[in-house]
Amino acid sequence: MGLELYLDLLSASCRAVYIFAKKNGIPFDFQFVDLLKGHHHSKEYIEINPLRKLPSLRDGKFILSESVAILFYLSRKYSTPSHWYPPDLHGRARVDEFMAWQHTAIQLPMNKMLWMKLLIPMITGDEVPAEKTEQMLAEVKNNLKLFEEKFLQDKMFITGDNISLADLVALVEMMQPMAGNHNVFLNSAKLAEWRMRVELAIGSNLFLEAHDRLVKLAEWDCSTLDPMVKERICDLLQKFK
Amino acid sequence: MGLELYLDLLSQPCRAVYIFAKKNGIPFELRTVDLRRGQHLSDAFAQVNPLQKVPVLKDGDFILTESVAILLYLARKYKVPDHWYPRDPQACARVDEYLAWQHTTLRRNCLRALWHKVMLPVFLGEPVSPEMLATTLAELDMALQVLEGKFLQDKAFLIGPHISLADLVAITELMHPVGAGCQVFKGRPKLAAWRQRVEAAVGEVLFQEAHEVILKAKDSQPADPSLKQKMLPKVLAMIQ
Repeated sequence: MGLELYLDLLSASCRAVYIFAKKNGIPFDFQFVDLLKGHHHSKEYIEINPLRKLPSLRDGKFILSESVAILFYLSRKYSTPSHWYPPDLHGRARVDEFMAWQHTAIQLPMNKMLWMKLLIPMITGDEVPAEKTEQMLAEVKNNLKLFEEKFLQDKMFITGDNISLADLVALVEMMQPMAGNHNVFLNSAKLAEWRMRVELAIGSNLFLEAHDRLVKLAEWDCSTLDPMVKERICDLLQKFK
Repeated sequence: MGLELYLDLLSQPCRAVYIFAKKNGIPFELRTVDLRRGQHLSDAFAQVNPLQKVPVLKDGDFILTESVAILLYLARKYKVPDHWYPRDPQACARVDEYLAWQHTTLRRNCLRALWHKVMLPVFLGEPVSPEMLATTLAELDMALQVLEGKFLQDKAFLIGPHISLADLVAITELMHPVGAGCQVFKGRPKLAAWRQRVEAAVGEVLFQEAHEVILKAKDSQPADPSLKQKMLPKVLAMIQ
């Protein structure tokens, strides 16, 4: 049994791992865990990851969760080109710094945007109060400003002249609200240009392929949603109210 | 100018960085940034870190934020003993896994427990409803269950037989609710035993020293109204 990656490309963390593995020709079995059907709550998947989160990696007996950990593991095991996770102290630290910051500053708000703009209205039939949406938009705007001023600055990529894991993770996360028709790249030429560079470095075909399920999310017939998942989503809505 | 660390030991991530540097004999200049006086919001500190947060590392012209990144930088630059961040790929991955997981879970819950139980009412004079506090403590409880059930299990330390960065980050987080008066180790003998081991591995004296400030958190002087006005929105954003 070779390397297995448990993924649903609706998740930004999964897209980062998928793109990285594909780009570097790392052979793996794609184990699709359908979030929309609640398969992350299945008995089979709970055995892989009792926290019921994606992505997970299984390498023989070794099971690993957390996309950042998975990306580092893959880069080391398959000796990927050094620009992905630079060996020099400073370059490496810059990637680590972004990877730590992004959990709460980028990933969480971008996901919340998708919930607020698309999933909650679609699934519950209720809109999120405008005040909460405004608050979230302001937070996203502020954090993207910090991203530009602190992490990107006037460089081509976060660590300098070459793409790294930090750019990959940043971009897939910023793509998340696209499914809710919210394009964070519209307001900033700098961000839009950086996005183009990252997409080119990854390869447009691979990038598009990885984002196909996400961009089609609005077309999904949510009447097929697993009732347990629907219940959890309604609970989530309460938190936003 | 040698290595500088901008810290306030009130902050969980600062404690981890402080203990790690001291334990490993890494020479540094301590630059105290008094959070309760709002020093992190000053123009002077914004020159060091525009994100207005601690900890910050300054090594010559190189400035680094985020405690996890700082810990890894120090571990690599000063070639600390292997057990802190092992060379073995699977052991290393386990440390990475814990350090990634904790940001939005244990870290967040420990922070909220301190602020909801002590700092908002005592320092900022903002009451917190019993329902809010109860919810926060219940969420903390769930994170502790994962810490014990998924990460620690029957091992001596989080990733195996030796202390690593994962244990250091975890213990300094847990001291936040301890400082708030929460009995996080009560009814959790496995976790309590792990705590003893971590303290012993760090060294009792250093551990006490690093935690003196947080253990006195409930004695915080109330912030004056202008500081409160400046800090409250940022605190609320930080603990959401």
